[in-house]
Amino acid sequence: MTPRAFLIRGLVAGFLASFLAFAVAYTVGEPQVDAAIAVEEANAAAAPADEPASDGHSHSHAEEDGGTEVSRQNQSTWGLLTGLVAVGTALGGVVGLAAAFAMGRLGRLTPGQSTALVTAVGFVAFWLVPFFKYPATPPAVGSGDTIGDRTLWYFVVLAISLVSAVGAVALSRRLLPRFGAYRTVLASVGGYAVVVTVTALAMPTSNELGDFPADVLWYFRLSTLFTNGVLWLGIGVILVGLIGSLHQRESLAHARREMAANL
Amino acid sequence: MSDITTTPQVSIPTIPVGRLAPWTVFFVLLATIVLFFISADQGAVSIPSGNAIHEWVHDGRHLLGFPCH
Repeated sequence: MTPRAFLIRGLVAGFLASFLAFAVAYTVGEPQVDAAIAVEEANAAAAPADEPASDGHSHSHAEEDGGTEVSRQNQSTWGLLTGLVAVGTALGGVVGLAAAFAMGRLGRLTPGQSTALVTAVGFVAFWLVPFFKYPATPPAVGSGDTIGDRTLWYFVVLAISLVSAVGAVALSRRLLPRFGAYRTVLASVGGYAVVVTVTALAMPTSNELGDFPADVLWYFRLSTLFTNGVLWLGIGVILVGLIGSLHQRESLAHARREMAANL
Repeated sequence: MSDITTTPQVSIPTIPVGRLAPWTVFFVLLATIVLFFISADQGAVSIPSGNAIHEWVHDGRHLLGFPCH
């Protein structure tokens, strides 16, 4: 059970999970992205020709600023896969190292159990809570003038959520010996919930939906939930399996060594 | 006595912070750079300038839920 063993298993879990997430994103998410781009193009066509589209953004950037243009065919397949594999593998590695740190430090949880807990906390803190405040927006939603602010806000909420989740776990380690599991979990989860709720209320809200169709928006956001849910669930299930079997192997080897020493 | 079954008392190992720190610092820095390029580059800030990265990972950025544009 070395840091190296955890990192490698985390990277493997993240890499494999990102292909599961790709399958979901491609089948469930891409139709909604295409529907949103159709809305965007219809809006652009309806706008007067001498003015840019109302959101100042077009999916064929190349037309306006001479940049690179990637076809929808490539964006929805290889481009999507690139993004998911890079993010999935990076997150998998970080989760692996976080699980290495958590092992043996969270009450009597076995390595597999503490790894599962780390992954669950990771999904909530890294994705779900920021999503509740700044839900994913499809193409055609969001002004180019506010992308700087919205990006900053998103990552501020993400950072506060991550730091307070780590703080809640650290707090629960101190509370556990004195208050028992039930009250410890209640206090640390409650503390995290209070911090992120206050943060969400204090942060500016962004609403640039305009008359974007509600059904496309709902299905798009649902598909981002499925994509990220499957990514994190995949990381968790694969990593727990790998860490669990590693621990079992090493405990067996340890027991055998002890027995041999006693002969 | 082979018929006595005991639940093996498996002690849970811990990895000392000193052994974990180099891996963690290095990999978290690396992961942050990867996340930056996939999630935010050539949206709010552009390194390098242009939009090739934004265009290539466009759908991934939307579907992962990052602010894309």
